[in-house]
Amino acid sequence: MAVGVRLAMVALVVAGLCAGLVASSGAPPAQDPPTNDVCLTCHGDPGATSAAGRSVAVDETRFGGSVHGSMAMACVDCHTDLAATEDFPHAERLARVSCSTCHSDAVAAYDLSSHALARRQDTASVAATCVDCHTAHEIRPAADPESTTYALNLPTTCSRCHGSADVIAAGRIAIGNVGAAYADSIHGRAISRSGLVVAATCTSCHGAHDIRPGSDPGSRVHRANIPSVCGACHEGIERVYETGAHGVGVTSGIAQAAVCADCHTAHDIQRAEAPAWQLDVIAECGTCHTDQIRTYRDTFHGQVTSLGYTRVATCASCHGSHAIFASDDPRSMISSTRLLTTCQQCHTEATEGFTGYDPHADKHNRERNPELYWASRAMTWLLVGTFGFFGLHTLLWLPRSALARREKRRARAAAPETTADPEA
Amino acid sequence: MSNSGSDAVFIRRFDAFDRVLHGVLMFSFLGLAATGLPLIFSEETWARALARVFGGFVVAGWLHRVCAILLIGLFTVHLTRIGRRIIVGRRFDLLWGPHSMVPQPRDVRDLVQHVRWFLGRGPRPRFDRFTYWEKFDYWAVFWGMAIIGGSGLLLWFPEFFARFLPGWVFNVALLVHGEEALLAVGFIFTLHFFNGHLRPEKFPMDTVIFTGHVTTEELEEDRPAEYERLRATGQLEALRVPPAPPWLERLGRTVGTIAIVIGLSLVGLILYAVLT
Repeated sequence: MAVGVRLAMVALVVAGLCAGLVASSGAPPAQDPPTNDVCLTCHGDPGATSAAGRSVAVDETRFGGSVHGSMAMACVDCHTDLAATEDFPHAERLARVSCSTCHSDAVAAYDLSSHALARRQDTASVAATCVDCHTAHEIRPAADPESTTYALNLPTTCSRCHGSADVIAAGRIAIGNVGAAYADSIHGRAISRSGLVVAATCTSCHGAHDIRPGSDPGSRVHRANIPSVCGACHEGIERVYETGAHGVGVTSGIAQAAVCADCHTAHDIQRAEAPAWQLDVIAECGTCHTDQIRTYRDTFHGQVTSLGYTRVATCASCHGSHAIFASDDPRSMISSTRLLTTCQQCHTEATEGFTGYDPHADKHNRERNPELYWASRAMTWLLVGTFGFFGLHTLLWLPRSALARREKRRARAAAPETTADPEA
Repeated sequence: MSNSGSDAVFIRRFDAFDRVLHGVLMFSFLGLAATGLPLIFSEETWARALARVFGGFVVAGWLHRVCAILLIGLFTVHLTRIGRRIIVGRRFDLLWGPHSMVPQPRDVRDLVQHVRWFLGRGPRPRFDRFTYWEKFDYWAVFWGMAIIGGSGLLLWFPEFFARFLPGWVFNVALLVHGEEALLAVGFIFTLHFFNGHLRPEKFPMDTVIFTGHVTTEELEEDRPAEYERLRATGQLEALRVPPAPPWLERLGRTVGTIAIVIGLSLVGLILYAVLT
């Protein structure tokens, strides 16, 4: 049915174009527009190049297999400026093909994108246009496994630029080589290793044509929109997340409230079970919760994770991950009613008294941890006192000891007979 | 420095039991320091590398506990031995006097006199069997055993101790375990090393703790009060021992060198972490 509709659309467009041409010229065309065979006389040669040496070859078979070829569209349907040409070979430069004649919605969406923006700002920009992603003559529907925009092929297509150091440098793409980051992510591996067509690709998060910068509130990847974008697949997580402090923060307009990408990263998303990620995410929590990360690093938990081992409690072990609640909320894992159970996940023998330990104790905070504060002060003075006293003691001893050694040697050298013969 | 001639006369200072205990103390202390320091400096690259060297944090943790048991064990053995000597052997001179480790007025006088000597304002004090800095080293181990050992046990069995101790005790235990360990490690690996081994008169090391004996010449120079007393009471001859076998001297120098190198390396890592 879809093909039928498209054919009808193309027929209409072609008819419209012809009508337009007739109207503008005011006279019937002198002859029929050139057929594809005419074009392929030259362009069918695989070695055909422009004067500048660029390949202008068109593979007839592959064009035939493309969505436009299968609709029996003529070359001049896109290269409209050649429809009335009689003189071949035609002029070197052709008018830019306008896809919007048929694909007005897609082009309108594209016009809002970062790609279009970059081209408007810099005429020399290499930002993607339609053909960069879709190809020119071999365009296939996204559902076609041979299409450049098919789920399993799309990351490769986008990575032609977003995985290319040259393009990233030329385009001053701040986020860098996201192609490589994505390829190593759980989504990228699902595509490349598991061939999982339902795994998120670039367009799943960024959209296809209206890929807008994250700073644009209308962007799918704007902070406030990220939970719903991820939630399109991870619906269960989104539902839980919305109830937690971060989710509530986002819906109530707090811009800093952590969204999915803050903890999971945008492109380099790893399996939640991966130890390396579990350790990395501690630092992510710490980018906002600075006091908590500092006091956590003072504890055994924080020291062991800092050494690179996940056997001890990380942030999520005690606070949860997607639905984190304030400690006075009964749903919180660290609320007074649930704290012991939380500790018992690891410390199975823990009793109520065990929960009196402060896992975020601050030795500088006299109000919160008076005992620790004074213990810390006492230890500091003990260390300063001991090292100060004996340090000075040693500093004074060192030169005197050196002198004593020299004196002893001199005495020995002066009277070798006496030491050798005690009877004398 | 103890072998100053083939005709040197050797006097026993430490018996085999004490030397073995000191050896176990060295081993366990170095082990505790090397496996514990990575936690205190967990954000340093060297700490991660050191933890990996010990086979990861879990293995390092168990090595730390094994060394702790060893240290607590030798501490108990030492206390038992001293207790038996005093009570069963009626050696009350171990509680006061030149054979005692108990600090006495003489130690304060010696300290003052020693500092005067450092400054060239008087003669060197006439030390007896145990000097004031040796006594400090000795009692520091007691203090360390109580503070580090006690807090260590709290942290080893928190579930048990939390049945009757308030939660803040564990916060304090964690802090003092680390800080006191830094004090102990810093003290032993710099000041004890200097006082006992690295100072110019003893450089590179004093092997008495490995061989157990000193020459009469050395004794007379370092501890004239003891030398005079032994000579006056005629005990000098009773304490005379044959020279240590060469293998023991070599073993002592090897073990001592390894310990000093490890200790100073750890101090270097600590300083690097603190200063950067």
